[in-house]
Amino acid sequence: MDQENLKAGYDRWKSGPYTKAKTRFAERMERFEGSSGMEIEPLYTPLDTEHLDYLNDLGFPGEYPYTRGVQPTMYRGKLWTMRQYAGFATAEESNARYKYLLEQGQTGLSVAFDLPTQIGYDSDHELALGEVGKVGVAIDSLADMEILFDGIPLDKVSTSMTINAPAAVLLAMYIAVAEKQGVSADKLNGTIQNDILKEYAARGTYIFPPKPSMRLITNIFEYCSANVPKWNTISISGYHIREAGATAVQEVAFTLADGIAYVEAAIAAGLDVDDFGPRLSFFFNSHNELLEEVAKFRAARRLWARIMKERFGAKDPKSLQLRFHTQTAGSTLTAQQPDNNIVRVTLQALAAVLGGTQSLHTNSRDEALALPSQDSVRIALRTQQIIGYESGVADTIDPLAGCYYIEALTDKIEKAAMDYIKRIDEMGGAPAAIERGFIQKEIEDSAYRYQMEIEEKRRIIVGLNEFTIAEEPPKGLLKVDPAVGELQKSKLAKLRASRDTARVEATVAALGEAARGDANLMPLILDAVRAYATLGEICGVLRGVFGEYKPGGAR
Amino acid sequence: MDENRKIRVLVAKPGLDGHDRGAKVIARALRDAGMEVVYTGLRQTPEQIVAAAIQEDVDVVAMSILSGAHGHLFPRVTQLLKERGVDDVLVIGGGIIPDEDIPALKAAGVAEVFTPGTSTAETVKFIREHVKR
Repeated sequence: MDQENLKAGYDRWKSGPYTKAKTRFAERMERFEGSSGMEIEPLYTPLDTEHLDYLNDLGFPGEYPYTRGVQPTMYRGKLWTMRQYAGFATAEESNARYKYLLEQGQTGLSVAFDLPTQIGYDSDHELALGEVGKVGVAIDSLADMEILFDGIPLDKVSTSMTINAPAAVLLAMYIAVAEKQGVSADKLNGTIQNDILKEYAARGTYIFPPKPSMRLITNIFEYCSANVPKWNTISISGYHIREAGATAVQEVAFTLADGIAYVEAAIAAGLDVDDFGPRLSFFFNSHNELLEEVAKFRAARRLWARIMKERFGAKDPKSLQLRFHTQTAGSTLTAQQPDNNIVRVTLQALAAVLGGTQSLHTNSRDEALALPSQDSVRIALRTQQIIGYESGVADTIDPLAGCYYIEALTDKIEKAAMDYIKRIDEMGGAPAAIERGFIQKEIEDSAYRYQMEIEEKRRIIVGLNEFTIAEEPPKGLLKVDPAVGELQKSKLAKLRASRDTARVEATVAALGEAARGDANLMPLILDAVRAYATLGEICGVLRGVFGEYKPGGAR
Repeated sequence: MDENRKIRVLVAKPGLDGHDRGAKVIARALRDAGMEVVYTGLRQTPEQIVAAAIQEDVDVVAMSILSGAHGHLFPRVTQLLKERGVDDVLVIGGGIIPDEDIPALKAAGVAEVFTPGTSTAETVKFIREHVKR
C-alpha cells in the first residue's frame, strides 16, 4: 500500500468520521493510557509500524533478536512448563502437595520457603516465632530437604526454588539430596531465584550487604557452570518489582538493569560472558492489561538480546535468549467476589502465553484471603491446561506479531525501558540506584498513583469499587496448623542431638575461614550441608563475616 | 486534645514479611491527610515497635502483615504496650487476615483490622474518629 495514500486516508478518517462521532458522543475517557502512562491511540495502522525492519526488529523464532520467541518451534514442540509455586507447613505436607500436583499433570515443581528459611534463621530462632511454615515450607537442614523430595526422582523433574539470600545453601541441599538418590549434579534441572538486588528494592528478604551477596551469586555462577551445567543459576525477577507497584515499563527496565549488574559483577570476577550467560533466566509478572503485557514480554526479549550482544559482546546464541517464567499478578486479585479472580488469572495467563513464556504459575482465586486451598490450586492449574489444550493459541508461533498495536507498543516499551536503563547507568548502575533509593521511589510513586486511581474510581476494579454485592465470609480457606512451629523445633532438637557435632563444627568453621578470603564458597557450603549443619548455622557464620544489610533511612 | 496538634502515627512492619507496598501506601495517604507519620521499615520485633511508639510519642500504631504471622505478632505488641503502661494509643492492623482471625485480634486490643480492598480514606476516617488523645 502506498504510504502517502495511507497517511491521507488516516488523516481524513481522524479529522472526519472519527472526530465527528467523538464530538457527538464523548469517549469513555478523555485520555486512554496503559499502566505506564503512555497514551493509547484510538487506532493503529501500518503508519505506526513503518519504521520497523522485519529482519532486524522481529526476525524469526529462535533467532536474534528473539522478539518472536526463543525457540524455533515454541509451543508447537512442547507447551510451556506448568509450574505451581507451592509449599507450606512441614516438609511432609509440602511433599504431599507436590505429589498431588504432579499427579494432576503439573510438569515442574516450584518450592515456596517460609520466611525464616528465606532469611537464614532456623525454626527455633526467636525471630522465627509465629512465622514457621506460614508462607512456605520450613527447611532447617538437609534432613528436611530429604523429606521434601522423598519419592520424587530429581533426574526426572525440574525444580524452581524461590530462594535468594541463602540460595547457595538451598542449592547445596538439593545437590546433596540428589547424591543420596544416586543422581549426579550434572543431571539436575531447575532454577534458584538468587536475585538479591530486587530483594533490596522490592521484596525484602535480604541478609548480607550487597558486596558479599554479589560474591555469593558469582560463586554460584562459577560453580554451576563447571558442576551443575543445566541449572539456571539466577532468575532475575521483575515479578516482585511489579507486585510492589511498578508499571510494565518499570518492570522491564528495573529487571534488565539488575541483569546488567549481575553480568558486570560476573565479568569483573573473571568469568566469560558466554560461560554463565546461557544460564541466566528471568521471571516476570502478568497483569490484566492483556495487550500491554504481550508487548512487554516481546520488548523485554528483544532488549535483552540487544544488551547482551551489543553491550557485553556475547556470542553464544543462548546468552542472548531471554528465557522467562511468569506468574500471574497476585496484587490484582480481590478478596471481594473471589471467584472473579479465576477470570483475571485466565486473562493474565493468556498474556503470558501470547508473550512466549517458558513456564507459568497461575495464582489461585483465594490468594487475597489466605494460602490457596487444594481445590483452588487445581482450578488454577486447569486454567493453564485449558489455554494450552483447548484455546488453540499455542498452535502457531507468536500469533499477535504484526498486529499494528502490538508492534507499536512493543517498540515503545522497549524504548521507554531503555531510557530508564540509561538513567540508571548514569547513577552508576542498579546497585547504586537502589542505594540512593531511586528505584524504590519510582515504584512507590506508581503504587500510590494506582491506589488513588482506584479510590477515585478512575480505575474500575470489578467487585471492589464497582459491581459490588453483599457477601458472606468465604469458606474452606486453608489454615496452617499453628503446631507446625513446635513440631519443627522438636525435629531440630532431635537433629542437633543425633548428628556428628565435631564434623558440623569443623565444616562450619572452614566455611567461615574461607568467607574471609576470596575462594569459591560453594564446595564448603556443600560440605557443611552434608554434615547436617543447619541453614541457621551456615548463614550465622556468614553473617559473622559479612555483616547484615541495613536499609538506608526508613521513612 | 490540642486541636492544632497533628495526629502522630507509627506505621510498622512486624515480623519477617517483606511486603511493604500497603504499608508505604498507607503511610503516604495518612501524610496526605495531614497526619505525621513515621515508618519503621521492615523486620521490626514487637519490642522495637513498642519502643518506637513510646519514643516517637505517637497516637496510633498501624501494623501491616501479609505473612500470616498476625496471630502471634499483633497481640504481642498490644501486650507490651500494656506492660509499659501505655493505654491511650490506638492500635490498628491490616494485611491478608482471614475474617475468622479478627475477633481474637480485637479481643487482644487491636481496635480494627483492615483487609484487602479497604480504601485509604476509610482508614483515615477510622483513625480520626477513634484516636484516643
